[in-house]
Parts: sequence; C-alpha cells; structure tokens
Amino acid sequence: MTLLDFARGIGMEIALSIFALGVLWRLFSLLLLPWSKERSVKRADAPSSLVAGTQGFFRHMWPAQTSASMFVTINGYVFHIGLAIVVFGFAQHILFIKGLFGLTWPGIPSTFINIVAVITLASLVAALVRRISNPVTRLLSGFNDYFSWTVTALPVLTGLLAVGHYIEPYETILALHILSVELLLIWFPFGKLMHAFLVFLTRSETGIFYSRRGVDI
Amino acid sequence: MTQTVDVQAAANAFLARTEEHLVSYLEACVHCGMCADACHFHEASGDPRHTPAYKLFPMAKAYRSQKFPYNLLAPKITEKDLKEWEELLFDTCTMCGRCTTVCPMGIDIASIVGQARQAFVAAGLGPDDLMQAAQNSKDHGSALNVTPERFSDRLEWLEDENEIPIPVDKEKADILLTISSIETMKYPDSIVAMAKILNHAGVSWTTSTKGYEATNFGYLAGRGDIAKIMVNRIVEAAEACGAKTVVIPECGHAYGVLRWGAANMIGRALPFEVLHISEFMAKLKREGKLKLTPVKESITYHDPCQISRRGGATEEARYLLDGFAEDFREMTPTGNLNWCCGGGGGVQAIGRTADLRHKVFKIKIDQVEKTGASTLVSSCSNCRLTMDESKEALHWGGGLGSLVELVADHLIEDEAPVEAAE
Repeated sequence: MTLLDFARGIGMEIALSIFALGVLWRLFSLLLLPWSKERSVKRADAPSSLVAGTQGFFRHMWPAQTSASMFVTINGYVFHIGLAIVVFGFAQHILFIKGLFGLTWPGIPSTFINIVAVITLASLVAALVRRISNPVTRLLSGFNDYFSWTVTALPVLTGLLAVGHYIEPYETILALHILSVELLLIWFPFGKLMHAFLVFLTRSETGIFYSRRGVDI
Repeated sequence: MTQTVDVQAAANAFLARTEEHLVSYLEACVHCGMCADACHFHEASGDPRHTPAYKLFPMAKAYRSQKFPYNLLAPKITEKDLKEWEELLFDTCTMCGRCTTVCPMGIDIASIVGQARQAFVAAGLGPDDLMQAAQNSKDHGSALNVTPERFSDRLEWLEDENEIPIPVDKEKADILLTISSIETMKYPDSIVAMAKILNHAGVSWTTSTKGYEATNFGYLAGRGDIAKIMVNRIVEAAEACGAKTVVIPECGHAYGVLRWGAANMIGRALPFEVLHISEFMAKLKREGKLKLTPVKESITYHDPCQISRRGGATEEARYLLDGFAEDFREMTPTGNLNWCCGGGGGVQAIGRTADLRHKVFKIKIDQVEKTGASTLVSSCSNCRLTMDESKEALHWGGGLGSLVELVADHLIEDEAPVEAAE
C-alpha cells in the first residue's frame, strides 16, 4: 500500500470516524450538562426562544464594531468564506466527496479556486501575524490556538502545492495534502475548531438571554 | 498576613457551576481578542490582562482539569492562578456586558464572571472591603450599616426636613419602594424625589424596615448565600404588605438582581412586578400621571449597564426625557453600547480600584464633552457615586445629576394628573 492509498483509504476512514464520533461526543457531553432554569418573567413583547435564538445567531454575524476589530471581522470572513469555496467548490474535492458519500454538485472553475485559495492562505497568515503581534491575542493564545491554525492552514498550503505541481512526485504531495486534511478532521472535535459547531449554541443562547430582557444586542 | 487559599474548594465550586451555557461559553472562545476593545478597563489601562476573555481562564482551566479526557493532559488550577485572577475578576470587571456586543461567538462573559466570583470566595479570596460590605448587608441590613432603626430614623428626618410624607411599614400598599444605602447615606435627595413622585402619582405605597435595601452586595461579592437572604427580605416585605409592584431606586445591579436574577435565586417566580424607578416614571408618563415643566439646560444621559444593556430599560429613560428635556444630547456611543462608569459590579466598593476608576472616567468625560451638554444625568446612584468621586479626583468641571431628582424638581404639583401622554 502506498502512502496515497493509505491516505485515500483507511486513513480517511479513521479520520472521518474520529471527526464524527468526536463531534457527537463533544456536543452530547455539553448538551447533557445541567441546564439552568429561568424563572424570571420575560418582557411582554419578547419573542419565542426559537425566534430569539435565531435572531441572536444572525445578530452576531456582524457584532458591534470598534475601530480595531474591523480588521478581525473582515479578515475572519475572508478566510472562512475562502475555505468554504475551496473545500466545497473545487471539482476534485467534489469528486472525492462523491466517492465517499455519493453526494455531488457543480464545481467552480479551477482558476477562480486557485485565486481564492491564495487569498485564503494570505488571510490565514494575516490572522496569525495579528495573533502573534497583538499583545492581547498573544496573551490569550496557547497551543490549542496555534495548532488549530496550523491544521487549518496546512491543507490550503499543500493543496496549492499539489495543484501547482510544485513538488514531485505528485502522488507524494497529494498524499500529504489528504493527510493534512485528516489531521484537521482528527483535531477538529478536540480543539478550537469545534467553534464551528459551538457557535450555534453560544450565539443563540445569548440571543435568548438578552431578548427575554428586551435587549437588542 | 498570608492568606489561606483553598484551591480545591475553588475547583469544586467552578465545577458545580458548569451548566450547559457556561461550558459552551468557556469552550467556544476563539481568543480573537475583540472583547479587549470593548472593555473600559482595557481601554483605560491598555493592559492586555484586562481583556475580558482572559478573565475566563481560571474557570476554563478548572473545568478542563476535572473533565475527562482533558484532565489527562490539562494542568490543574493553582493558588498562583487564583491569586492573580482575583484582581482581574473583582477589580477589573463590572459585569457590564459590553464585551458581549462585540463577540463574534456571542459569548456572555459577564454571566461567567458572576459565577466565577463565587468560586473565588469559596477559596477564601475576594477583596476585603467588598467582602465586608456583603457581610454588613447580612448582619446589619445594608452594606453601609444602615440598620432598620437607622433607616426609619433617616426617613423620618427626611420627612420632617422636606415636609413630605414618606410612609414606613404601612400595613397594606400596592407598591413597595426599596432604597439603596448609597442614597440613604450620600444622596438622600433621591429618596425625597422618589417620595414626591410616588405621592404626585397618587398611588398607594410604602417602604419597609423588613426589606428596604435594594443593593445586593451578596451578589456583587460572590456570596450567593447573602444574595439570597437580601432577595428574601424584599420578597417577604412585599408579601407582608401585599405589594403588587416593587420599585427599585436608582441602582443598576439592584435592578438586575431583583428583576432578572431573584426568581432563580429563590427557586420560584416573584409574586410581584419589578420596575426600576425610570420604568416606573415612564409608566406614569404613559398613564398621564406625570405633569412636568420642561428642563431648559443641556443634558446627556448615562445608561447604567444593568438597566440598559443588561436590563432592557434603555428606551424608558429616553421616553421620559422626550419632550421633557428640551436640550437632550446623546453621547457616542450610547444606549446599549454605552461605556460603563467603571464602578459597577462592586468595583466601586473596592478601595484599591480608585486610580483605575478615575482612568475609566476619562472615557466618560471625553464622551460628555463631545456632546457639549452641561450636565450628565444617570439613573444609578452607584454610577453617580463613582463619577462624583472621579470628578473630584480629576477636578472635572462638568455637572452630574440624577434622573429621578431631575423629574421631581420639575413636577407641577398643583395640577391634577393629565389624562394621557403621547
């Protein structure tokens, strides 16, 4: 079995299993914790929890801005959207996903994908530079933050190297690209990347908390 | 003197509070640092340690060190951690919630800080003066040692001095008025103002020596036991006189605790409605029971965090001021995004925070001066006290006032209540 065979086969199966079970475990271990019972009387015009939670989720898509936070917000959108386009828009990725799950959809031209991938990588580097150079984020950051950044940036970097045939043989860099994705999947449930799921809980719960008080933030 | 710190007690207290929403908040933070720019303490000091997200570290650490499988690798919380974060959690957080407004994950840090303080107290930590204020509340009735006897004496004196009825311990009343000890000792004119407004409205009201102290230092000091005692005193006093409404005076946390937290503390819904005095005055205006002469001087309004951003009564003060304050000027930012005074959350009672509070007040001075308003009016006596102290320390010449006193000073006493307000 070659490295590429391993990465495409058993490696991916293991990574996807750890990802799926890990995410489920994280979510259930959270949701099975005690929930505080709210006994205060909510405002007469407060919406239902479903509406308030949904509003809270969308409201924090663009939180109140300070001058310094504008870069973080915009840059955050750039690499999040960039990652989504590259992961789900690249024709070879769609073929790979079809092979795994049978789902398919139309791809985006590869030239556009390449540009987006370069922008995404640049945006990720900018986020890292800020994390290291800003005294606040430097203080806040630890292994979890930097490792989560690494496992996010590696697939973009190796993907670009593979597509551009910058490293030969192609099979080796392709295998490294797939392995880097597997590393991301394995780390995902246990580190900061889990925020992709937790954001639905935190934003909506805060939305409900403030909405029942009649506060629109 | 060496302080004994029970680290395990703190860890256990942290773990006992790990409800779903708290853990979600702790786990979801991506350390983006955006909350730093929203925090008045960080804005004033520039110290990265004052970043709101950083204040959550001990709670997150305690959680991870006791939860499988994180506990296999995660370091345990230490005495050094607790001693370092004591200052951050008590001295540099007013639980104002401004950081929540900028958090892309929507994490409500203020609610975690309130819980975390209880764990620090379990470990034997917490600023002495704040702890003493809470103990005084339990032992003597209020943080400033206003005992029931002193309270009724004080009201009797105000009644005589101002020739205005201020009922105490009426057998039956529709409204129970609570009072902050800051008003009793420092701003008695606010008590007179509230009495004037209640009398003007022609409602049945009383104060009670059983439950008079609105400010809940038990909550502020992380003493859940005392917080509950303080709430129960008001609940029992209201039930004794059959009050349908409890009016909270100009005190932000008093409103936050009784309106939004009390039912959860005592485990049942409150048997009465809770209104902040600004909400009560706005209600009177809606009902046509508040006839006022206009205020000519230029004023701006400081939103107390627990009444506006975390209380939901932001628009009530503005409704009241609309048409009443002829030259009303909003600060930037204002309303739910307003900068905190720097003294909420018990920080005002911590003596060692004075210098930092004065630095924070410079943000407010700048805001007020940009409006050009001659007077900064607030509806929280704790904000007012914080700002009064800083005004003196910084020799600022701007005016500071109280919303309830402003309304009372402009009541048209001779006319019957008008039918309806717009």
